[in-house]
Amino acid sequence: MRLPASQAGKLAVFTALALLLAVLPFGTEALLGRSWVRVIDGALLFSMLAIGLNVVVGYAGLLDLGFIAFFGIGAYSYSLLASPQFGLHYPFWVLLPLGAVVAGLFGVILGAPTLRLRGDYLAIVTLGFGEIIRIFLVNLNRPFNLTNGPQGITLIDPIRIGGFDLSKTYEVFGMKVAAVHSYYFLFLLCVIASIILSLRLENSRIGRAWIAIREDEVAAKAMGINTRNIKLLAFAMGASFGGVSGGLFASFQGFVSPESFKLMDSIMIVCMVVLGGMGHVPGVVLGAILLTALPEGLRYVQPLQQSLFGRVYVDPADLRMLLFGLALVLMMRFRPQGLWPSKRREHELKGEA
Amino acid sequence: MSALLEARDVVKRFGGLTALSEVSLTVERGEIFGLIGPNGAGKTTFFNVLTGLYSADQGAVVFDGKPLSAAPHQAAAAGISRTFQNIRLFANMSALENVMVGRHVRTHAGVLGAVFRTGATRAEEAAIRSRAAELLEYTGLSARAGDTAAHLAYGEQRRLEIARALATDPKLLALDEPAAGMNATETAGLKKLIERIRADGVTVLLIEHDVKLVMGLCDRVAVLDYGRKIADGAPAAVQRDPAVIAAYLGGNAEAAHAP
Repeated sequence: MRLPASQAGKLAVFTALALLLAVLPFGTEALLGRSWVRVIDGALLFSMLAIGLNVVVGYAGLLDLGFIAFFGIGAYSYSLLASPQFGLHYPFWVLLPLGAVVAGLFGVILGAPTLRLRGDYLAIVTLGFGEIIRIFLVNLNRPFNLTNGPQGITLIDPIRIGGFDLSKTYEVFGMKVAAVHSYYFLFLLCVIASIILSLRLENSRIGRAWIAIREDEVAAKAMGINTRNIKLLAFAMGASFGGVSGGLFASFQGFVSPESFKLMDSIMIVCMVVLGGMGHVPGVVLGAILLTALPEGLRYVQPLQQSLFGRVYVDPADLRMLLFGLALVLMMRFRPQGLWPSKRREHELKGEA
Repeated sequence: MSALLEARDVVKRFGGLTALSEVSLTVERGEIFGLIGPNGAGKTTFFNVLTGLYSADQGAVVFDGKPLSAAPHQAAAAGISRTFQNIRLFANMSALENVMVGRHVRTHAGVLGAVFRTGATRAEEAAIRSRAAELLEYTGLSARAGDTAAHLAYGEQRRLEIARALATDPKLLALDEPAAGMNATETAGLKKLIERIRADGVTVLLIEHDVKLVMGLCDRVAVLDYGRKIADGAPAAVQRDPAVIAAYLGGNAEAAHAP
């Protein structure tokens, strides 16, 4: 079979990328150690979150500062139905779609009262929503113990596909495939599916309606777009990505607690979307990977200080916030459209228009 | 057949200001109807009531035999489409995408169709695209299809708004000062375009300040002043109406100088 040059080129790039992604966890483990494979797994989960938030913020232009709540809702709906908490052990193929639906419903619950709000006001309400969900998770251990409060839920079932338990170590072709590797491939598949889903939505009648609302809500209404329903749909769709990601997170960790769903995490996801390039799927994935990897890289600063100065001057956790702040300020000053923006955003924010 | 649009005693107040005071008018099918009046007379307010952006405090609007409800997207679905006095394009979308958004109200694909790319969705998407391309051709914007709306020249943006409004398959096209800021050549082109739209079966309701354009184009004209309709009829008759002359030229000196 002979292909035209451009197609052959695409195929070559595609094959190379697939190979790279296939060996990535093993290569990383050999070079940097297992903890970095876990970091990659986390980056994939955050990529899904960023893709979800991008639907709300990037396409429909609705600033959501409580997005981590949907991650939490997904994680808890998985945990409650697949752990000793209630003695329920449903399989993942029921629970992940369920997580998407439940998170989507909560998306609508958040969206419905905020339909008339925009910008700063919407941001404040969504921020409050995120906190309310977290506080519920902390306090719903009395009078009836639903969430087990601040202790969280432990011994969550891992994902089992047939007889294959993702949390166990297997030997494949003489290579040890541990949980971090198995989950890597599962997460990778989910991220690829999310990317395809998100791109298809973007280039559809619904996606155009979202972008039209972001551009000019009054004109969008005048064109016959039912802005109420279309905005609720954006909230629901975005949240459902978060819900699936949360379910995956719960099964991977085997443990969830309200600690994992704090305001700081919501802000982090917004940063991923903004830094990567609002409204552009490859951009937000890049943002998610960078912002997950960066803090981990900063951990090396501590031993570095120790060896250079004989003592630790700056705590890496503080340094992380300092550098984040600095990076964001610099981004807003010099590259407001993000690292890898869509064409649309690029000329919008460069001020050519 | 009944009139396409019938407004009966429409009243709209903003606090103490009565922007529309019992305005009644009738637009027949297939005509070009002009709505004129000095600045602040309530023309755009009337448009906003008509297209559901405002709801009337009293009175009713009957469109195509059915009462209009006060939701903008339903007005568009019923067959009223509009342009805006201060252009409101989707500035960062391409010209073609702007027109494609206009097809929203006549198409159906939902999330599942988009995600699974079903045959029906792909066919609909292709139809949206080709209809949008047709409308760009119709308004003379084919060459700018891929360009961002914000980068179009002013006159082109005005025409793109018309193309976008036509994409909703309107029965009534409401144009809010389409010639504002246009030079003579552009205005002449616009006049031809509006005549062609009418010839293709769309009724046109026009707010315009360019008296020459209104008189040359409209079959009938209504004049608003301080929220009140002071005249309507054939352009030549309205032009001679003393109340209209007074409103435009300040024939009544006391009224013109009243605080």
